[in-house]
Amino acid sequence: MSKIKTPAELEEFRKEILSKRDPDKPCITLCSGSACHASGSHEVAVSLEEELKKQGLSDRVDIRRTGCHGFCERGPIIVIYPQEICYLQVAPGDVPEIISQTIQEKKVIERLLCTDPGISEKIIHESEIPFYKYQERLIFGSNGSIDPKSMDDYLAIGGYSALAKALFEMTAGEVLEEVKKSNLRGRGGGGFPAGRKWEGSKNAPDPIKYVIVNADEGDPGAYMDRALLEGNPHSILEGLMLGAYAIGSSEGYFYVRQEYPLAVENINLAIKLAEEYGLLGKNILGSGFDFKVFVHQGAGAFVCGESTALMTSLEGRVGEPRPKYTRSNLRGLWNRPTVLNNVETWANVPLIINKGADWFTHIGTESSKGTKIFSLVGKITNTGLVEVPMGMPLKDIIYKIGGGIPNGKKFKAVQTGGPSGGCLPEELLDLEVGFDELTRVGSMMGSGGMIVMDEDTCMVDVARYFIAFLTDESCGKCVPCREGLRQMLKILTNITKGKGKEGDLELLEELSETAKEAALCALGKSAPNPFLSTLRYFRDEYEAHIKEKRCPALSCKELISFYIDPAKCKACMICARKCPADAIAGAKKTIHVIDQEKCTKCGTCLEVCPSRFGAVKKISGEPVPSSIPEEERIIIKKSKKNE
Amino acid sequence: MDNDRIDQIIDKHQGEASSLIQVLLEIQSENHWLPKEVLKRVSKSLSVPLTRILHIATFYKAFSLVPKGRHEVHICMGTACHVRGAMRILDTVEEAIGIKPGETDLDLKFSLETVNCLGCCALGPVMEIDGKTHGKMAPAATADILKKYE
Repeated sequence: MSKIKTPAELEEFRKEILSKRDPDKPCITLCSGSACHASGSHEVAVSLEEELKKQGLSDRVDIRRTGCHGFCERGPIIVIYPQEICYLQVAPGDVPEIISQTIQEKKVIERLLCTDPGISEKIIHESEIPFYKYQERLIFGSNGSIDPKSMDDYLAIGGYSALAKALFEMTAGEVLEEVKKSNLRGRGGGGFPAGRKWEGSKNAPDPIKYVIVNADEGDPGAYMDRALLEGNPHSILEGLMLGAYAIGSSEGYFYVRQEYPLAVENINLAIKLAEEYGLLGKNILGSGFDFKVFVHQGAGAFVCGESTALMTSLEGRVGEPRPKYTRSNLRGLWNRPTVLNNVETWANVPLIINKGADWFTHIGTESSKGTKIFSLVGKITNTGLVEVPMGMPLKDIIYKIGGGIPNGKKFKAVQTGGPSGGCLPEELLDLEVGFDELTRVGSMMGSGGMIVMDEDTCMVDVARYFIAFLTDESCGKCVPCREGLRQMLKILTNITKGKGKEGDLELLEELSETAKEAALCALGKSAPNPFLSTLRYFRDEYEAHIKEKRCPALSCKELISFYIDPAKCKACMICARKCPADAIAGAKKTIHVIDQEKCTKCGTCLEVCPSRFGAVKKISGEPVPSSIPEEERIIIKKSKKNE
Repeated sequence: MDNDRIDQIIDKHQGEASSLIQVLLEIQSENHWLPKEVLKRVSKSLSVPLTRILHIATFYKAFSLVPKGRHEVHICMGTACHVRGAMRILDTVEEAIGIKPGETDLDLKFSLETVNCLGCCALGPVMEIDGKTHGKMAPAATADILKKYE
């Protein structure tokens, strides 16, 4: 590949790529994101290739292995173009039929189509599936149509046109103005206006400046950055370059979590390709703008998602935050002005430059513009990544897109904002999502995790879970976080074990207050949020644990017992055989009894007991009924006469 | 791990002290743990005091100062997995292989770790063994999967 030297050459090259592509040629796109990979998309890809060869179609059909499509629950996903036929949960065994029926004979295979419980008809096209229909996929949409390992694919969808436009038609100041005008706010957690952050760095006198992509996505339950890094790395790189151009930086970094090997691989490849094409390096497209970029891997520390800790870690030291008397956009990495933004924030920039701030501000609410990708996970029918315009009510995201709560359970809460966020109850489902809207009700946007919880989730346990997570991840530099969280965890753990006492809640509130006021960084300051929000909306659950030693959600292990109802047990032996602790006594035709001493409360018996019997019960806050005497356990089959 | 290989890794990162974490990550991924001799070598080559290296090696979760088992079992404890019952998966795995998170069994067969989110939330609860993801786990199924590893 010879380097592209001018914007005209770039356009010429783009035309050439497009002219070689026949829009009518069948193209099978296969999601190869991490979740689909785990559900077997690689095996599907192999059999697709083999089958095309076998049926002599290798030249007539393209296969494109794309990044994450978002509908991870039903992976592996195949979309066949130009008809846009979408097949879900495809197994290698389905492949011969797909090729012979759909590709050769243009017939749709009903069995693999999406079924929506609401409508009886099967849905053929991807964009008509309710999960996708209500989304507005500006950032994430391209994931499904490009191979992240191919530069040509990115160029074919208009890639690097924003860079060329900025370098040749706009001054650095104009790029900054456009981003400022767009009111783009940081997608990583804080929601700080990106333009203002950039402006600070741009105006700083130091001639050496840095730009950083924060790809240390640590929030448990959020994986949109991973999907973007894996599925569309060039869009982030292009955004980063635009930022660098705007503030006058010539060096950038990707700080990627080490737990995301495919993301690291794809980003490295994207950088290499961009260098080969002349879109990265010295004198980019002949504009005189130089930019180089490096990839650093994190080493497993949640706190490194915090901007100052991340920069210390980049310098090769222990990732501890520093007080922000001076913001890092003035003195950051190696004490130089540094702009650090989240993956999704950077990915928004090319769109803003291409389509303009006016277009961008058209989408969203008064104070939150554009779209946001949420990872809709937990107790939800359609798990996956969803991109919606800011301002969409929580209810629509959870019910229209997410398909509601599975297994006929009742919705209890939705947790947003990761460990710094909070749990919102049913009464707040009409809330429109946005930075300020979520903060107002005691949660936050965070990086976009949206974890749905049903009636089986114990809110005290959720608070304990997050405090445990943060205690573990606290870097230990400041006392309120290191010691305060540890004490909070002790008290919360006691409550979930039935050892809570009067005054615990007040003490927890006091500790929360201290951490909020006095902790050094956002990790500590926001750490009490999960506790405070659950206390605010689910106080009754805390009180049931403390006063009645009862877990209303039947979830806290120390407060529940499993019990087999002798009237319902049919002595089928299934639970006794499956019990990993050998805690169930019984034989064929002998009613089973759980030995409470041996029981580890894993719940296997409840899961395996056939639903038509429903003999296993979970109880809390009441004593286990004493087991019936052994001689009465024998089941004597009633003769038909007696019935 | 021999000295030549360590030097190779250090050279790859241009011998800069700021790339210490990247060097350690690469050694960790090849050797699965960081023996004292290796750290001494790194300390000398990069002119970084051993105390600082140990500070880093104990701060970041990716590093281990003790040998790891042949199979690394990771149980995802992310929020999505948590609400779908990850604790129960962890309990049964602990029971099955007889070790707690952070430990390695005496035969060096399994090492057990909890991780915070593997980013496969749709498949939760998730257990990962040697990089292979086992999704939608049920407590009753863990033992059968573990049995497949020798």
